[in-house]
Amino acid sequence: MTAKKNSAAGNTGVVTNILVVGIGGQGIMTAADVLSQAALALGYDVKKTEVAGMAQRGGVVTSHVRFGEKVFSPAIRPGDADMMIAFEPAEALRWQSHLKPGAVAMVNDYPLKPPVVSIGLFDYPEAPLVQLAQSSVELHHFNAGEAAIELGDRRLVNSIMLGAIADHLPFPPDILEQALLNRFQRKGEALTVLNRQAFTLGRRAFNKNNYSETA
Amino acid sequence: MNAPQPIEQTARKFMSGNEAVAQAARDAGCSVASAYPGTPSTEILEFIAAYPDIYTEWSINEKVSLEVAIGASLAGSRALCAMKHVGVNVASDALMTQTLIGAVGGLVLVVADDVGLSSSQNEQDSRYWGRFAHIPVLEPSDAQEAYEMTRLAFSLSEQFDVPVMVRLTTRICHVKGVVVNSPVEAYERKNFTKDPARYVMVPGNARKRIPLMMARDQKLSQASEAHPLNRIESGSEDCVGFVTSGAAYFHVKEAYPDAPVFKLGFSHPAPIEKIREFAATVAKLVVVEEVEPLLETELRAAGITLYGKDVLPRIGELAPQVLTPCIDKLLGKPCQDTLIETTGLFPRPPTLCVACPHLGIYYCLSHIKNTIIAGDIGCYTLGAGHPWNALDTTISMGASLSVAQGIDKGRSEADQNKNILAVIGDSTFMHMGMQGLLDITYNQGNVTVLLLDNRAVGMTGGQNAPSSGLNIHGEPTMQVDFRKLCEALGVKPERIHEVNPYELPTLFKALREEVKIKEPSVIITNQPCVLTERYSKLPPLKVDEDRCTGCSNCLDVGCPAILVQRRETVIKPNGREKQLAFVNIDTAACTGCNLCTNTCAPDAIIPAFNIDKINAVEVI
Repeated sequence: MTAKKNSAAGNTGVVTNILVVGIGGQGIMTAADVLSQAALALGYDVKKTEVAGMAQRGGVVTSHVRFGEKVFSPAIRPGDADMMIAFEPAEALRWQSHLKPGAVAMVNDYPLKPPVVSIGLFDYPEAPLVQLAQSSVELHHFNAGEAAIELGDRRLVNSIMLGAIADHLPFPPDILEQALLNRFQRKGEALTVLNRQAFTLGRRAFNKNNYSETA
Repeated sequence: MNAPQPIEQTARKFMSGNEAVAQAARDAGCSVASAYPGTPSTEILEFIAAYPDIYTEWSINEKVSLEVAIGASLAGSRALCAMKHVGVNVASDALMTQTLIGAVGGLVLVVADDVGLSSSQNEQDSRYWGRFAHIPVLEPSDAQEAYEMTRLAFSLSEQFDVPVMVRLTTRICHVKGVVVNSPVEAYERKNFTKDPARYVMVPGNARKRIPLMMARDQKLSQASEAHPLNRIESGSEDCVGFVTSGAAYFHVKEAYPDAPVFKLGFSHPAPIEKIREFAATVAKLVVVEEVEPLLETELRAAGITLYGKDVLPRIGELAPQVLTPCIDKLLGKPCQDTLIETTGLFPRPPTLCVACPHLGIYYCLSHIKNTIIAGDIGCYTLGAGHPWNALDTTISMGASLSVAQGIDKGRSEADQNKNILAVIGDSTFMHMGMQGLLDITYNQGNVTVLLLDNRAVGMTGGQNAPSSGLNIHGEPTMQVDFRKLCEALGVKPERIHEVNPYELPTLFKALREEVKIKEPSVIITNQPCVLTERYSKLPPLKVDEDRCTGCSNCLDVGCPAILVQRRETVIKPNGREKQLAFVNIDTAACTGCNLCTNTCAPDAIIPAFNIDKINAVEVI
């Protein structure tokens, strides 16, 4: 379990800090919302924050989810994240100093290069995950982007990533799956099935307990 | 653009500060709500618009918006007006006199300050307006308090006969938290009562209202001193105590959970005597406020010894990792530097969308020489970035036109042959740009205006405006005719061009022609924002690798779907080195606008026929 006693927050008890990072348009805020809803369903105090003024313009988007008995500040301090879900490998590198030792990093290693890289002003790192791999962080990475396209839509990357983190959370994966599927209740059976498939695919990719249920 | 739906009625709701304000307005019996979109306040009105019993409107600017709310209050309704911090500058003309009149139905001004400048041109502290306009300021620290304080603001407004400001910051607006609502209130509307001595602010009447305002200040001070929103939270350590408000309160609690805290909710007028009592109980007093040293200055003037911006940063959020080193240093504790280490990673600045109709404009502007380009506030401000670098100024809403006029009139001999241009979007033009155009035509300026009409307020998410032909609910209404409007504002009909911004040759021709002519001209583009339903995608494109010569012309368009595959350096016949960049197109992102095709001499950009039809199914 990755939750910790929040020493700085004294009487607030255990607070779990999850950082969701990526690029505008990838569904970062939706993923963070699903995580929050799951924690909320369990009766926790939850705060979720993001800086999203430029969310749809290809900028960096980070969402912080904090839950526990009582949460004060909504933002996760550098070095204090228990988990990171990164939708892009260079973004995982950008935010790795927010992770505490032993944190779990779940990374979609499908790279997305911005125009400033395309026009040659900056280089994209050759191996963005090397530093993370060498740190004390428990790193998992896979090409969720390609998996999503194979399933039929790149936007499914969101449900795949949630599936991937599901067995690493301080609550049962079914709670997260239910919170995800609740979003599609009014949108029809087809979408529910597709997103359940995506979630299951993510879980299979990274389950320590050899999760093998078929969708 | 669909407005977000309020979540179901349950005991514990998970909502943002913006949604909490909307819910509070509904529960308080507010019946008129108005706003001009602006980050981070935009969603307040979108949420209120989902309540059928409240009249809501996107007003054309913040001054109009506040005046609509003022009118509704005088008519006897509870009214709310929401805006971002810079909006108050626009609305202040109305605010500064309305404060003399007061309020009939509760009048609430919700202002969202962009602390940290996530999407704004400055970081001004709206709490100053509370002092300037003699109105109370409430400062929630999270969504629950945003709900409670918005509810309270309506009754305070009626009780003290004053407009009330609820001051939010980005970390309140966009943070979701658990909210519990209180029972819904049935507010009984009053009627409009003629009262010219109160409502007609000519000098003779206004002069009599000023002493009443001063007396009101006294009553508000007394109320603030006694109000439960201003409370002392005792702590187990008394070496340092904090006075704080808004988002900073939770940052303080996070960083120093055992310290005594004076929590301000009713922050103006400040409860100075109550704070003085608190100050006497702690060894060191620190005022933690975002952004300006405002309360700090007032407390110092009252003779209270304290620390403030002398130990804390004067810009940005006072997050725990910012507070801790400053306070530890003050307390003489060894401090660890917890600031984020730099990774040396490339930046990911916000940029124009794939197929954005503004891409063609900036491609042309970056290829025209001898220009001075005055910009404005909106997505097209991004034209200042790479690869276009095609904006020379950005100041305030509508400033492109009037600043261009000033550049024209103030230019030196050396700049006489420069082409002066102004770039402005449809919504910004209607907000505060029309006056600038009238000034240019009236005073015969030599400015070429690019009016980028994408039928929406793009930067804030594609909200409707008079250029959309749709109201806040998406229902049909009048649609402004920009050609006629510009003619009415004095531009000669032959100097007005309407062009499709995806047709680069036409755009270039119109631009080259108009910059040469020494009189006001307007080029109006006519394609919709790609984030709105009005935009229709076309089949995507790809690059024929055998034909791509690596010339990199297409990269000048700046479309995020064009990606470099490999680079090569070749030696030209004249001995000079030339950098080549071979590209491909992210066909899953491309919507086939064909702008890049226009720039590709070897015709290497072709339809991506081998790609299956875009999967239209809606997913997460």
